[in-house]
Amino acid sequence: MNIHEYQGKELLRKYKVAVPNGKVAFTEDEAVNAAEQLGSAITVVKAQIHAGGRGKAGGVKIARNVDEVRRYARELLGKVLVTQQTGPGGKEVKRLLIEEGCDIQHEYYIGIVLDRTLSRVVMMVSEEGGTEIEEVAEKTPEKIFKEVIDPAVGLLDFQARRLAYNINIPKELVPQAVKFMRGLYQVFVEKDCSIAEINPLVITGDGKVIALDAKLNFDSNALYRQKDILEYRDLDEEDPKEVEASKYDISYISLDGNIACMVNGAGLAMATMDIINYYGGNPANFLDVGGGANSKKVKEAFKIILSDKNVKGIFVNIFGGITKCDAIATGIIEATKQIGLTLPLVVRLKGTNVELGNKLLDQSGLNITTADSLADGAEKIVALVNGKVGND
Amino acid sequence: MSILINKDTRVLVQGITGSAGLFHTRQMAAYGTNVVAGVTPGKSGTMVESIPIFDTVDTAVKRTGANVSIIFVPPAFAADAIMEAVEADLDLVVCITEGIPVLDMVKVKRYMEGKRTRLLGPNCPGLITPEECKIGIMPGYIHKKGNIGIVSRSGTLTYEAVHQLTPKGIGQSTVIGIGGDPVSGINFIDVLKLFNEDKDTSAVVMIGEIGGTAEEEAAEWVKANMIKPVVGFISGQTAPPGKRMGHAGAIISGGKGTTAEKIRILQEAGIRVAETPAVIGDTLVEVLIENGLV
Repeated sequence: MNIHEYQGKELLRKYKVAVPNGKVAFTEDEAVNAAEQLGSAITVVKAQIHAGGRGKAGGVKIARNVDEVRRYARELLGKVLVTQQTGPGGKEVKRLLIEEGCDIQHEYYIGIVLDRTLSRVVMMVSEEGGTEIEEVAEKTPEKIFKEVIDPAVGLLDFQARRLAYNINIPKELVPQAVKFMRGLYQVFVEKDCSIAEINPLVITGDGKVIALDAKLNFDSNALYRQKDILEYRDLDEEDPKEVEASKYDISYISLDGNIACMVNGAGLAMATMDIINYYGGNPANFLDVGGGANSKKVKEAFKIILSDKNVKGIFVNIFGGITKCDAIATGIIEATKQIGLTLPLVVRLKGTNVELGNKLLDQSGLNITTADSLADGAEKIVALVNGKVGND
Repeated sequence: MSILINKDTRVLVQGITGSAGLFHTRQMAAYGTNVVAGVTPGKSGTMVESIPIFDTVDTAVKRTGANVSIIFVPPAFAADAIMEAVEADLDLVVCITEGIPVLDMVKVKRYMEGKRTRLLGPNCPGLITPEECKIGIMPGYIHKKGNIGIVSRSGTLTYEAVHQLTPKGIGQSTVIGIGGDPVSGINFIDVLKLFNEDKDTSAVVMIGEIGGTAEEEAAEWVKANMIKPVVGFISGQTAPPGKRMGHAGAIISGGKGTTAEKIRILQEAGIRVAETPAVIGDTLVEVLIENGLV
């Protein structure tokens, strides 16, 4: 789960990680009030969306007085910001962070992530702050320093010091940097972060070590024990179809194509998208319906699929295994009838009672095409959607 | 004819009285698996399908001689269940539970250091040695005893692969789902080593997916050590980048993790990669013929 920068900074502040003073604003007036309360010489107006690259896309403005704050707030609120990470559709700005400006002497990078190969949490730092860390990793990997953290003892002071020295933080500021890193690690483990990235971390003219940006993501598996983090969730930032799907324990991700798929199991769901693509089709989504593909779940999955107006056909691929195929077929038939589905529907079932399942589908009187195999199903749905049914 | 489990394996079910635990205990017993004990704290002295229940893993092991455990405990308690099984010095712990917090698993892995017990999963379908022992949630009947080892990060895609082999008369030595979580136990290399040493496994199918670098590392190991042919498949060619893998997650491995990269490295290691998920079986047959194994 993602949160906004201002929420991340609020959280960091609780862990004594230094961040600039700032306030969230939903309206122009709130932005002006916030700037007046801050009373700083320079005020930064930052668009709050769940995507990076805001600066380059014009989502961060430097205001020299309250009138400028009002002007920038007016300009940004309601604007659709297109950054490298939003995709071409962009994201509408609904919240602003009004923050005091600071005198930046140098920019660094600090990130905490999981190293999957080591099964350990790793803190990484670089002197090249402000740049995407992937770019640094590619061009100058020697400028990235890492410390692997033992979960039994946490980040040790000597590790934090070593990181600070490696990126040439001025000696007199090293104790502050160590305190910063300790706080950041504490947030990461206590709040079940999946990523905690500060880019840039800055040192200021008056000798402070501050997080100028904050990107915190959280492990969705751990949200059951992080109720306060769950309150930060902003549904406006999520795909409404994905949100709807999650209510029914369906895993859905929308894509650009026109052939929807409904599959049980994530690996098979990805493989199904791949094979649609292989036969010249274009998948409209990833959808893992999970275990127990009953009529209620199938119906909800169909509704979500059909809320994507690009969809021109559906491929259902269920490897029932232990679940009986006739039960799955009944679920599909009920859902198809209730929804009044008219688009081409290809169903491939495998598992116990598959013959009976296919018979039910064939005799349903509905526009359902059955398929015996993954390849057969993919070919059929691509042909139906591309209008090349029959012999060619 | 197998790795890790066989007809002599004595199985303990942790979370046996929950609905998934109970359902799959019956399925496993029906397949012929020797389920000797169940553990649910507070339920000792009762029975499930004539299987005795104990409060702790330690007692269950002492009383029944169980050597492998399977876990169906809910995610919030699963890490503790794994560590309890590790402490009881079992040979293998299979964790089916999906949704365990990542940082819990980081602690589990730390706890397991220096201990003998192997962990399979979490978030995995388990493993099966056909016609001998099934410890997992896979449909047993699609499998057939034979000489092909299968290792996979996926559940249903593995069933798909098995289903492409059995009808061709190609049986399996052991089929193992290592699970889809970022932090887990047994990895591709661990399984490949075991298959490499197993005299009754003649070739291996390895099914991977996007994210992480486990397949790449496995390919490097195969190139240096594997004496048996390996066929691969990687799913997720059409998956959008950055959707499930974290942004900074890719950086540690230096931009690795896409299917294109994985397939290239697998091929460089001499692994024949199936072009689509529908031809995993056909690709294996080609390789078996070329190697004079059929």
